[in-house]
Amino acid sequence: MENLKEKLKVEIIELLNLEEMTPADIANDEILFGEGLGLDSIDALELIVLLEKNYKLKIENPEEGKKIFRSINTIAEFIESKQ
Amino acid sequence: MNLEIISYSSITSHSASSNGETITENLTDAPFAEFSKSIYKKLEVPYPKFFKMDELSKLAFLAGEIVLKEIDTANWNGEKVAIILGNKNSSLSSDQKHYESFKDRDNYFPSPAIFVYTLPNIMMGELCIRHKIKGENSVFIQEKFDAQFLYDYVQHLFEAEAYEYCITGWADYLPNNYEAHLFLIRKSSGEDKHPSFSENFKQLIR
Repeated sequence: MENLKEKLKVEIIELLNLEEMTPADIANDEILFGEGLGLDSIDALELIVLLEKNYKLKIENPEEGKKIFRSINTIAEFIESKQ
Repeated sequence: MNLEIISYSSITSHSASSNGETITENLTDAPFAEFSKSIYKKLEVPYPKFFKMDELSKLAFLAGEIVLKEIDTANWNGEKVAIILGNKNSSLSSDQKHYESFKDRDNYFPSPAIFVYTLPNIMMGELCIRHKIKGENSVFIQEKFDAQFLYDYVQHLFEAEAYEYCITGWADYLPNNYEAHLFLIRKSSGEDKHPSFSENFKQLIR
């Protein structure tokens, strides 16, 4: 699980152009949207594409997405639960 | 109505300048991604969203930072500010990137972050958000920099509506061919402190 979390951080930093951030700058439980990392709605769409492209996982329900994309921990838990 | 040019900025693949003075040069002939980042760092702008923009928006954003560096845009009346730009290649670079992301039906993953930049108006939106500009913003696709058209349009804007400032000029991006030239215009103070819009902008007509 820890390896998956580190991989996710690298993917998110690259995908969302979080310039000058490193995986060490993102805590596993840090809130990704709003006041935490400050991601926005377009970033959320990119994360949906990321899960589909790299992990073959689809998120159909927006309410489900809110919970999944809360933090690195919750994304990793979602991926693990589907594999 | 007499208008004057408060400041102007220029970015090409060779250099970035402010009021004719070089800020930084691209001595290594670095690609835009690298050169734009070096200008961003040189300007010391704390605006992480810059890194999420497409190239056209980055280009206009940086030229905007330079041309507005002496203006406190956080406290100006954005309702009284307009932006009127010319552009040749629209958002073609982002359009092509977007197309690349979905042309293969077996690897169909269009990027939302690229898609949102597939209009040149987004460049204007980025400038408006950054500098709290709420007046008219228009970008005209032109075969070449039509200074006469832009001059007439801006002159008319000031005469027809009570604008205090207008940013005008040109911002155009293709991967190996890009340039931005922005001018900050306002009503002449009559002090001859700044160059006349009429006399100096018309020199660009070619």
